[in-house]
Amino acid sequence: MLRKEDRRFIRGRGRFVDDQQLPGMLYLAILRSPLAHARITRVDTLAAEAHPQVKLVMTGADLAARDLAWMPTLSHDVQAVLATDKVRFQGQEVAFVVAEDRYAARDALELIEVDYEELPPVVDVRTALAPDAPVVRTDLDGKTDNLCFEWETGDAAATEAAFAAADVVVVQDMVYPRVHPAPLETCGAVADYDAVDEKLTVYSTTQAPHLHRTLYALYSGVPEHKIRVVSPDIGGGFGNKVPVYPGYLCAILASVALGKPVKWTEDRSENLTSTTFARDYVMRGEIAATRDGRILGLRSTVLADHGAFNGMATPTKYPGGFYGVFTGSYDIGAAYCRMTAVHTNKAPGGVAYACSFRITEAVYFVERMVDRLAGELDVDPVELRRRNLIRPEQFPYRTRTGWTYDSGDYEATLAEALRIAGYDELRREQAERRGRGELMGIGVSVFTEAVGAGPRRDMDILGLGMADGCELRIHPTGKAVVRLSVQTQGQGHETTFAQIVAEEIGIPPADIEVVHGDTDQTPFGLGTYGSRSTPVSGAAAVLVTREVRDKARLIAAGMLEVAPADLEWEKGSFGVAGDPGKRVTIAEIARRAHGGELPPGVDGGLEAQVTYDPANLTFPNGAYICVVDVDPGTGVVKVRRFVAVDDCGTRINPMIVEGQVHGGLTDGVGMALMEMISFDDLGNCLGASLMDYLLPTALEVPDWETGYTVTPSPHHPIGAKGIGESATVGSPPAVVNAVVDALKPLGVQHADMPLTPSRVWDAMNGRAAPPI
Amino acid sequence: MTSLFEEVSEEPGTQVPVRRVAITVNGRRRTADIEPRLLLAHLLRQGLKLTGTHTGCDTTNCGACTVLFDGKPVKSCTMLAVQADGHEVTTVEGLAGASELHPLQEGFKDEHGLQCGFCTPGMMLAAKALLEENPDPTEDEVRWALSGNLCRCTGYQNIVKAVLWAADKLRETGGAE
Ligand code: FES
Ligand code: FES
Repeated sequence: MLRKEDRRFIRGRGRFVDDQQLPGMLYLAILRSPLAHARITRVDTLAAEAHPQVKLVMTGADLAARDLAWMPTLSHDVQAVLATDKVRFQGQEVAFVVAEDRYAARDALELIEVDYEELPPVVDVRTALAPDAPVVRTDLDGKTDNLCFEWETGDAAATEAAFAAADVVVVQDMVYPRVHPAPLETCGAVADYDAVDEKLTVYSTTQAPHLHRTLYALYSGVPEHKIRVVSPDIGGGFGNKVPVYPGYLCAILASVALGKPVKWTEDRSENLTSTTFARDYVMRGEIAATRDGRILGLRSTVLADHGAFNGMATPTKYPGGFYGVFTGSYDIGAAYCRMTAVHTNKAPGGVAYACSFRITEAVYFVERMVDRLAGELDVDPVELRRRNLIRPEQFPYRTRTGWTYDSGDYEATLAEALRIAGYDELRREQAERRGRGELMGIGVSVFTEAVGAGPRRDMDILGLGMADGCELRIHPTGKAVVRLSVQTQGQGHETTFAQIVAEEIGIPPADIEVVHGDTDQTPFGLGTYGSRSTPVSGAAAVLVTREVRDKARLIAAGMLEVAPADLEWEKGSFGVAGDPGKRVTIAEIARRAHGGELPPGVDGGLEAQVTYDPANLTFPNGAYICVVDVDPGTGVVKVRRFVAVDDCGTRINPMIVEGQVHGGLTDGVGMALMEMISFDDLGNCLGASLMDYLLPTALEVPDWETGYTVTPSPHHPIGAKGIGESATVGSPPAVVNAVVDALKPLGVQHADMPLTPSRVWDAMNGRAAPPI
Repeated sequence: MTSLFEEVSEEPGTQVPVRRVAITVNGRRRTADIEPRLLLAHLLRQGLKLTGTHTGCDTTNCGACTVLFDGKPVKSCTMLAVQADGHEVTTVEGLAGASELHPLQEGFKDEHGLQCGFCTPGMMLAAKALLEENPDPTEDEVRWALSGNLCRCTGYQNIVKAVLWAADKLRETGGAE
C-alpha cells in the first residue's frame, strides 16, 4: 500500500516545526561556548538588551536566580540549561536572546560579552580517569574524578574458565567512533504560553511528546494538564529528537516571560555540536574458541565517552543500554562485559542514530570479533558463523547475559543472503582478482537486534514504564480514528497503523485517520525510538481493535437476535454461522452503537483504549553481505554490492520495510566510511558542519539488494518485530569486514572506522591507528 | 522576517536599509521590501509563507532548499533574496498543476521515494531541472544530478527509481505536464 502521508509532503504541505508562524511570534537564538572547558567570569548583556529589536536576554545567572539553571536528563543526571559557573563543552548554551526576527536575534548574540578563564579540557577518553585529569563535573557534590558509571553483565568467572580451556584466543581493540544522527531537519520548538488560560503549547521536534511533556512539567512547574506538546511532521529523528534540549526549555521560559509565542530553530552546526551524539565506545574484545571453531567465551571491556553530562536516553536499569546482547547470533558458552563510562568535555548523548540502545556497538563488536577469529583459524567467515549460530529449535534462547531471544532461523536468513549474493562465485572472483593484485573484499554480518522496549517490570525512563497506548474510535458512519502514543518521523505510521487496524476490523485503511504527536489528543506512551513502535504501540493497536471488535460482536448479536457465540467474524462483518443472509457490517454496527437499541449491559459508542505492556522485546535478525573494491593507489573504498536479508517477522507493509532498510544501510555505509565527530586537543569539535561531517550522497551508495525471511515473534499479537534500526545496526560491521577482507593480502587484520581514504591508506601501509 | 518583510514601516528606528524587489514566484509576481542580507530561502519560507522549501544546513551541502531560479536549480540558502529581483523562482508549491500532480510527484509517491519528506521538495526540483536537460537519463546520471541533495531516510535508491519513473512518464506524454 502506498503511503497516505506522501500527499502533503510532495506538495510542500508538510507541517514541520519551523513552518509554524503564530501571530506575534518572536525568535530565540542561543549564545554558545567557544571553549570546551572554562570558568565564566563575566557576562555582559547590556548592549544586547539595548538592541531595538530585542525583547529578552537571559543568562545562566538569570536562570539560577529562578532555580531553573539545571534540568533533569533521561539518565538521572542533570544538565545545564544555560551554563552558570563553567562551560563544559564547546557549543554549550550560555545565554539566549529573543528578538523580533531571527536575524536580529543573531545580531544581538554578537553584542553579548562573555569573559572566560580557560581550563584544561578532558578530551581523550583513555586518560579521563587519570589521577591528574581535570574534573568535569565540579557541580556534583564531592566529585573528584570523571567516572560516570561502571556496569557489568555476564559471568566473569565462567568466562575466565572458558578462556583457560580454549585452544585459541584472539584479542582485538576497536573503536566505534563518535558519530551524529544528523537528521536533515534540525531540532527546534515554538513555545506558546497563553497567560489567560495558563496553558503552554509547545510545538517541537520530539520523538517522545508525552515524555517531554512530563519533563517540562517537572522542570518548569507548569502543571502537566496545562502543557500540550505537539510534535507535528518531523524531518527525521534517528534518535536525535528523543532527549530534551536546553533550546526547548529556553523557548518555554521566554514564552512564559513574554506571553508571546517564541520560536527556536537551531542551525546545522548547533545540531552537530550540541545535540545527542551516538556511539563513542572504545572496546577491547577477547574471544576464545576450540581449534575447530566452536566459540567458548567472549569478553568485552568498554570505555564509554558520555560527554559532560549523562544525557543518554536509556531505560533506568540499563546505563549501558542493551549492550548486553553483545553475544550476538551465536550460542556462546560464557560471556562477560565490563563497562566504564566517563565524563569528558564534549556534548552529551550516546544513544542515538538508530542504535536500539547501544546494539549498534554490540553487533559491531561481536561481528568484528568473529571475523577476527575466522582469520586466525583461517576458516571462511561464513563457515565459522554457521558453526556457532543459535539453531531454530533453541528458541526462545536465553543468552549468557540474560536476554531471552524470541525466535529466529538464522541459518535460513544467512542462506538467503548467500544465495542472493552468489557467495561462492564472489569468493572465486575474489581469488582471481587477488591474483591480479586487485583489492576486493567480501564482508558478512549476521546480527540479532533487540527492539521494542519494553517490559514494564524492567524498563522505564524517568520512572515512566515503557508501555505504549493506542485508542480506536469508530464513528457513527463506520469511519475510524486511531490515536497513537508513538510519533513517526518518516517511518510511515500514518499508513501502517491504518493497515494494522484495517486488517483487524475490516475498515479500509483510507477510512482510518491516524492521529499522533499531540499530547492532548493521544494516549500516553513513551514515543518512537529503539524500533519500538511496531512491537509496542503496534501491539496496542491490534489489541484495541480486537477489543472494539468484541464489543461490536455483542451489538451485532443484538441486531441479529442471536447469541454472540453464534456469530462468525469475517473481515468487516459478523454473520450468523450457517445463515449467509444474516450479516451486519461494522458500519451498521457502528451506527447502532451510536443510536438505537443496544443489548442489556452494553453501553453506547464503539471505542476503546489499550496500554500495552510487552512481555519481552522482539529480536529481529538479518544477514548482510557487502562487496567492496579498494583502490590500491588511493585507499578509496567503493561499495560495489550490498545484500541485506532481514527477518522482522510479520511484515505489515513490505514497501515501507524496504525503505527503512535502504535508509539504514546508507547510515551504515556513512558510519563505516565517512562519518566522525572528532575533537582536537583543546576540545574543539572538528565535525561541526556538513563540510566536515560527511554524509553519503546518492553517489556513495549502491543499489541495495534486499531479501527477507519471516520468523514471527511468538509473543507479539500479529508476530511483527521492529525493523527500523536493523540496517543501521547490522551494516557497519559488514562494510568494515569487507574492507579488512580486501586488505587481507597486505596483512591487515583490523582497521577502525571511518575508513576514509587516508585511514585505509594508513592501514594498507601498516600504520593503522585508532581514530581520535 | 516580520520586521523585514511585512511590517517594515512599523519601526523606523531600526534603521535597517531595505530594498524593494519584485520576484515572480510560481508564476505570480510578488513584491517585498527586504534587507539586502535576507536569504532567498528565508524570504520564501517566512515572508511568502511557502514553507515547502526547507533548510537542512548552514554550509550549502544539503540541497533541501533547492528551488528553480529561471529554470535552473539553486540552493536558495546561498542566494540573497535581492539577487532574485526581476527573476523567476519555482518552488515545490508551483510544481503541481491546478489539479494534477507533476509526474515527479507521482513518481516519488509511487516508488516510495520519500519518508520524512524533508528533502523531498528539493529533490524533486533538482530532478525537474535534470529531466528538462536530459529527458532520458541513466541511473548514474540521476545519481550525479542529485548528488547536491542529501537524504537521510531513503538510501536514495527509491528516489532514483522515482526520477526514472517520472522520466518515462514525461517521455510518454511528450513532456507535457
Ligand atoms: S539549506 Fe542546506 S544547502 Fe541550502
Ligand atoms: S525523506 Fe527524509 S531526508 Fe529524505
